[in-house]
Amino acid sequence: MLFTDSAFIIGLVLLCIVYFVIPKRFRWMLLLAASLAFYAYTGIGNLLYIGTTALSTYIITLLSDGFARERTQVLSLHKKDWSRDEKKAYKARMNKRRFRLLVLCLVLNFGILAVIKYGAFTVRNVNSLIGLFGGSGMKVPEFLLPMGISFYIFQTMGYAIDVYREKYPAEKNFARLLLFVSFFPQLVQGPISRYDDLSKGLFAGNGFQPRRVLFGTQRILWGYAKKMVLADRILPAVKLLISDPEQYQGVFVFLGILYYTLELYADFTGGIDITIGIGQVLGIPITENFNRPFFSKNISEYWRRWHITLGTWFKEYLFYPVSVCKPLLDLSKWSREKFGKNVGKYVPVFVSSIIVWFVTGLWHGAAWNFIVWGLMNAVIILISEILAPQYAKFHKRFAWSNTHAYDGFQALRTTLLMGFLRMFDCYRDVPLTFRMFGTMFTKWNLHVLWDGSLMQLSLSRADYVILIVGALTLFYASLRGRKGSVRKQVLEISPVLSCAMTVALLMIIVVFGAYGLGYDASQFIYNQF
Amino acid sequence: MTKRNVILYGLGMAVSAAVLLAVFQRLVQPKYMTPPSLDGNLIGDYYNSGYDHDVLFIGDCECYENFSPVTLWQDYGIPCYIRGSAQQLIWQSYYLLEDALRYEKPKVAVFNVLSMKYGEPQKEEYNRMSIEGMRWSMSKVNNIKASMTEEESFLSYVFPVLRYHSGWSSISAEDFRYFFGVKPNFFAGYYLRADVKPAANVPKGTPLTDYTFSETCWDYLNRMRTLCEENDIRLVLIKAPSLYPYWYPEWNDQITDYAAAYDLPYINFLDEEVLAETGIDYNTDTYDAGLHLNVYGAEKLSHWFGGYLRDNYALPDRSNEPLLANEYANIAARYMSEIEWQKNNLTEYGNVFGLTAQETQ
Repeated sequence: MLFTDSAFIIGLVLLCIVYFVIPKRFRWMLLLAASLAFYAYTGIGNLLYIGTTALSTYIITLLSDGFARERTQVLSLHKKDWSRDEKKAYKARMNKRRFRLLVLCLVLNFGILAVIKYGAFTVRNVNSLIGLFGGSGMKVPEFLLPMGISFYIFQTMGYAIDVYREKYPAEKNFARLLLFVSFFPQLVQGPISRYDDLSKGLFAGNGFQPRRVLFGTQRILWGYAKKMVLADRILPAVKLLISDPEQYQGVFVFLGILYYTLELYADFTGGIDITIGIGQVLGIPITENFNRPFFSKNISEYWRRWHITLGTWFKEYLFYPVSVCKPLLDLSKWSREKFGKNVGKYVPVFVSSIIVWFVTGLWHGAAWNFIVWGLMNAVIILISEILAPQYAKFHKRFAWSNTHAYDGFQALRTTLLMGFLRMFDCYRDVPLTFRMFGTMFTKWNLHVLWDGSLMQLSLSRADYVILIVGALTLFYASLRGRKGSVRKQVLEISPVLSCAMTVALLMIIVVFGAYGLGYDASQFIYNQF
Repeated sequence: MTKRNVILYGLGMAVSAAVLLAVFQRLVQPKYMTPPSLDGNLIGDYYNSGYDHDVLFIGDCECYENFSPVTLWQDYGIPCYIRGSAQQLIWQSYYLLEDALRYEKPKVAVFNVLSMKYGEPQKEEYNRMSIEGMRWSMSKVNNIKASMTEEESFLSYVFPVLRYHSGWSSISAEDFRYFFGVKPNFFAGYYLRADVKPAANVPKGTPLTDYTFSETCWDYLNRMRTLCEENDIRLVLIKAPSLYPYWYPEWNDQITDYAAAYDLPYINFLDEEVLAETGIDYNTDTYDAGLHLNVYGAEKLSHWFGGYLRDNYALPDRSNEPLLANEYANIAARYMSEIEWQKNNLTEYGNVFGLTAQETQ
């Protein structure tokens, strides 16, 4: 089910009404029922997958929590009669047990993800290798990818690791944990929330609060406008430009990059706006996933502002543990001794970054283009890291490099750089992506910008007007957003203006939305990951 | 913010959104006032009639372009109405009949059987023409459900703005001119054409792999028959004298057998004997080479059919009833002036609608 399905919209309105009418203590149960119904709608069998993740995590975290409590009790009981070594040995034994449980949980759940999402990819690559030696390959397994599996497994494993790290106790009520795992607005495309952030609102059963409901509704409508007016309108052009690489080269490739940048941004942030808006209406704060990413001065900053929750997840649960793991520390020590201090200090960062970006690429899809995309990000970020001292000198020496104009140049450079990297996502074929990138410099066909070719890209003059006005509106809203919530700014001017803005947003979606007959009902891009 | 203000602002937003949406919806909805696409208003036009018809026709363009209710009235005093629409499917005919029975109870229902050839929903555009003009009732709901093609949604019939919203870029003066309603273009459901295009080189039907009508069609024909029986209405099956789409003998046989099995009259106007009796001449009585009759052909056909109805169903001559006489006098006056207007246009512009060469391109 898509956020844009009429069944979803009607269901959401009904859910909100019932949510505020029923007693507070039943509200989270209603959300659970709605979430399970929503997920069952995507395929009743999918409940088995999400149920397995929730149940296994529930049992394992409870056991782990139990061991932690037992450890604390035993240690306090033997505070005086055990020697320090005895305490240390006992603590290590218990922690080992807990670690084994965590590993079991991670292996089981990431194993499910690996088999379902990466099984076919792995077998195909193994078959290619076998084929090189003349052998016959294995049968390629085919699984239907349950909706949001990457999102809910990452979110749930984050919870399991946090419980292991004793950041908070394990949830004792299975139904409540199941709601955390399956909360329906997040299932489509995230964000990946942390239990301590999400659970407060999820189980609070907050009542109707006009200001919050108004802001939430505005955020939902803003999200729908981005998705339906911009992303879905430009989608046919993007599809067309990608579908025929022989015809669409040179300037068309550049246009494709720009179009896809707008589509992806409007699609992904639109979906997240809808998710956060739903949460806001229901009184459930959901972590922000974007912070004006196209204002970033470099790619590292961009990744701190784009899909923030995924980046945070990787940083907390992969980058840091890998950076301080024993083999890497040993490698770092060896490098220092062998190649000197400078090289040695970079080794853990480089290795961890490459691992993280390899996994990030893989997370986006089981294909080489995503892996190469991830590694290319790593290469650019690491080069920036190495050149950081030179950049600092440059900024110190040239005053003009500290102006707003230069900031704008940097933002544009980052946007274009990210656009080029996204070509791997567009063409989904590594050699083809490099070839198409090359045509931007070898095929000179600037005339397509004024000879009417732009009108042959499944976009009419009216479409271009909507897209340009829409993109400028997004830019303006982002600029205004630097001073705080635009919705708050508007409400402070006048409640009537705020209400008028809500109605105007609704009208914009209804009138200019690319939906209904003649338009493809398109999936959210990140829903496929 | 006080509770009162919250309610006020909430209501204000809801009302202004509803009004704006309603206005926009009306603006982008097709008005069907630009020739030749006028027939989209046929279904809705029924509700402007007097609901006192002895004969009700249901079916596709072979009904609403081939029979002239004015002739039936003027020659026999039989008040009738044609609930026709372009490519009307049999379930649409059924639900339109069911809908009409909410307003009146005709003595005879005439159904053109060509639609038996369509066992599945066909084109969204035609669905809209057959359904959107209906007033809301369970008949309309069931009609929508039965008619929707895969890409259609029920909600878009409830809120047509969801279907027509992209028409914002082509809103024209016509949309404002007919915002509050369209002017009647029909004559008791009849779509009048006064031009002539002789039938020549009528294509023969290509052989089919299967001539059997679908179960769905039989089911709706049975339901239509039962509905008529329950309401004491005589159902008459006809095949209008349109030369194409080709009416296969195998199809004809199935309808003949069905009519015989249920003691229903079935008149195939393509039958040479019947055709000779009507006096239709395909050189002068069709405006599109045999697909539909023009007004001259429709009058001949209606004259013959009126006699048949009078003789077989004892339909009284009601021409002396003042209300009906007044209603049909108005229709007849418009009918005559339409014929004159179309004739003049033919002379002046070469087409019945008075379109300039530029407009016809």
